[in-house]
Amino acid sequence: MNTNGIKVRMNNSTLVQEPNKEVKISVRDLDLFYGEKQALYSISLDIHENEVTALIGPSGCGKSTFLRTLNRMNDLIDGVKITGNIMIDQEDIYKSTDVINLRTKVGMVFQKANLFPMSIYDNVAYGPRMQGIKNKQELNEIVESSLRGAAIWDEVKDRLKHSALGLSGGQQQRICIARAIAMKPDIILMDEPTSALDPISTLKVEELIEKMKKDYTIVIVTHNMQQAARVSDKTAFFLSGEVVEYDVTGKIFSMPSDQRTEDYITGRFG
Amino acid sequence: MPRQTVEIKKSNKRKYMLEKLSSRLFQFCALLSVISLLLIVGFVFYKGSLPFLVDGYSFFDFLFGVDWVPSEEKFGILPMIVASIYATIGALVIGVPIGLFTAIFLAEIAPKRAAKLISPAVQLLAGIPSVLYGVFGLALIVPFLQNQLNLVKGQSLIAVILVLAIMMLPTIVTVAETAIRAVPKTYREGSLALGASEIETIFKVVVPSAKSGIMAAIVLGLGRAIGETMAVILVAGNSLILPTSLTDSVRPLTTNIALEMGYAFGTHQEMLFATGIVLFSFILILNFVLAKISAKGGK
Amino acid sequence: MRKQKDKLYRTLLWGSAFLTVAILVMIVGYIFFKGYRLISFDFIFGDYSPAGGGGIWPMIITTIYTIVISLLIATPIGICAAVYMQEYAKQGRLVNLIRFATESLTGIPSIIYGLFGAVFFVTTLKLGMSIIAASLTLTIIVLPVIIRTTEESLKTVPHSYREGSLALGTTKLQTLYKVILPSAMPGILSGIILSIGRIVGESAAIFLTAGTVAAMPSSIFSSARTLTVHSFLVTQESGDIELASAVGIVLIVIILVLNLSATFISKKLNKADF
Repeated sequence: MNTNGIKVRMNNSTLVQEPNKEVKISVRDLDLFYGEKQALYSISLDIHENEVTALIGPSGCGKSTFLRTLNRMNDLIDGVKITGNIMIDQEDIYKSTDVINLRTKVGMVFQKANLFPMSIYDNVAYGPRMQGIKNKQELNEIVESSLRGAAIWDEVKDRLKHSALGLSGGQQQRICIARAIAMKPDIILMDEPTSALDPISTLKVEELIEKMKKDYTIVIVTHNMQQAARVSDKTAFFLSGEVVEYDVTGKIFSMPSDQRTEDYITGRFG
Repeated sequence: MPRQTVEIKKSNKRKYMLEKLSSRLFQFCALLSVISLLLIVGFVFYKGSLPFLVDGYSFFDFLFGVDWVPSEEKFGILPMIVASIYATIGALVIGVPIGLFTAIFLAEIAPKRAAKLISPAVQLLAGIPSVLYGVFGLALIVPFLQNQLNLVKGQSLIAVILVLAIMMLPTIVTVAETAIRAVPKTYREGSLALGASEIETIFKVVVPSAKSGIMAAIVLGLGRAIGETMAVILVAGNSLILPTSLTDSVRPLTTNIALEMGYAFGTHQEMLFATGIVLFSFILILNFVLAKISAKGGK
Repeated sequence: MRKQKDKLYRTLLWGSAFLTVAILVMIVGYIFFKGYRLISFDFIFGDYSPAGGGGIWPMIITTIYTIVISLLIATPIGICAAVYMQEYAKQGRLVNLIRFATESLTGIPSIIYGLFGAVFFVTTLKLGMSIIAASLTLTIIVLPVIIRTTEESLKTVPHSYREGSLALGTTKLQTLYKVILPSAMPGILSGIILSIGRIVGESAAIFLTAGTVAAMPSSIFSSARTLTVHSFLVTQESGDIELASAVGIVLIVIILVLNLSATFISKKLNKADF
């Protein structure tokens, strides 16, 4: 192994040093293969607690793939192979076989709202129920607090028993966030959560992310660079399966240290 | 860095166990169809090969013998093979063109309202028990043939052919119509824009594009005709002679099995299984030939 | 020249369609006019009498028995098998083998099923000519139908439902029975309806496994005859076309109701999808 190479990458600041912040997720030398094809190349980065970390980069750069390694959603795809470590709270998530426990701790919101064909209430209560919570009172409390947490309680409180599929796209996406919150996770992963939404709904979701930061560690994949600049504390720029640059968001957008980052954020490609 | 192994949460252990159990159960259920197939093929082939492998009957005499007299241990099924082949080919020749033309008509030419009325009706007829086609054949087609052709007995090869052709119609029409409707509109527009007439477009562009679906329709219709037993018993006459004309009374392979299985035992019963093997092979060959034809048409 | 050819084809198309419709109308019309005089309350709900004039209640009961028993067995197995194929199995040799077996079973003619049932269920398993032997044979006949329709409807359940559920820390099994199967239910139901149609229409396999006893079955181990077999036997044995047609009317009505409910369900399915 070329130790020199690692050093160079570290100097290239894929690891941001912040002594007074807790590291929540720590990724080291992560490689990912779809069969023969390698999709991620030795990713190493630390994600800090109660921050919003944005992953940006052109389509197919591996940012979504990387996001999905954090709650092991890639396990669903045949032939995915992963090497390296991902530590969450000092536990290697690929060492444990308890995926259920991992996914209750790491929630996820998808690109397109994927509510189930049930009522709003049942959607939000779905996760807790599957964990064995049956007490009606307790469920009611979880549903209300989750919907409040997703800033949609006032909009839907009168029609909790109505089908969730009757809501607007933006509302549905916020219910998805409520559904994730209902599991009381530490971390919430968001995979381009606003790409299917209109500007007003997008703004609402962004405000929500801002508010949620104090309770959760959020990792968000986004296509929209203004969004990354608006909501995130740190930004990682992915290109062809590698992290080119990872730093404080302000720095990435004002004075990126890598030419390719600059080219991307100034819109020269992607 | 020392790698920690993380314990599975206690409350989740049961879930993982259920997960494993259920996936095994699902797999077993899926394997049941393999087991069923093996059992069926195994039983029929085992039973059917006994007379030849153990009792020393000649397989050649079985296939090419013209006498079937179980009480005298004579088991020749050539008349039945010939009857089955004639009946199938006859039904194909009549049923396929009419069925396909009807499907094309319904999908392409028919006024919308007419198609909306006829298609579901045809679909309904694809579902009614085939015995009823036999009842209809015996009540109407058989006397008709008897009178028109001056036969001693109206039950004949031609009656079988007509009943099977009629029975195939709804299946062929339904499946082929769906296939033709699935051809994208743009194909038609492209052809019409080049100055082809509607009829030319249908036969040169639409029908060839729906070829695989049409082939499936023929295979399905054929499968229904060739395996049909009870309706055929009613109109075939069931005589054990080598058919030489359309008006001969015949006994196809399937009816032979159904007619005699009730009282057959010993070698006689095993010979009925052997008849089943021949029927099986017959179907395999037909499917193979049809697949070849459609593959050739593809080039 | 070209116009004439067009005209010829047009005539052939109209002619074929006319012929098809005429034949089919004739069949249904004939059966209806031959049989409707016999249809009465006593005919449907009365006991059979060999002397004539009796009803078909025992055959209706026998038919219902065969439907219920074979579906009770085939539905869970078929759904589980389809779930395995769509949700669990990795593409490979095993899946190909199972798929090949399922397709082959579809192509086997019912007389062969009858042969098999007559030896395996009736003789080897010592069930005798009975409703249960026939129902087990029918189970194998409809199994591929249920597997195929269930697989098709599982395919239509959006992948995002699975992801959404699993990402909430649920197991595959929980996801399956809380989200996937409920969404696939209309498709599964229409598969079941299709199977009922197949069972009702089946004759050869039942003829060889359930026998022909024309009386109310005392249990599922009794020999009995279904409606279709009854219609066949009265035609073959006594040439009683009127009675056969009356039974035929009942059968056609059953198939009509099944078709209508299948259409209804698939319409509902389309509406439920957003």
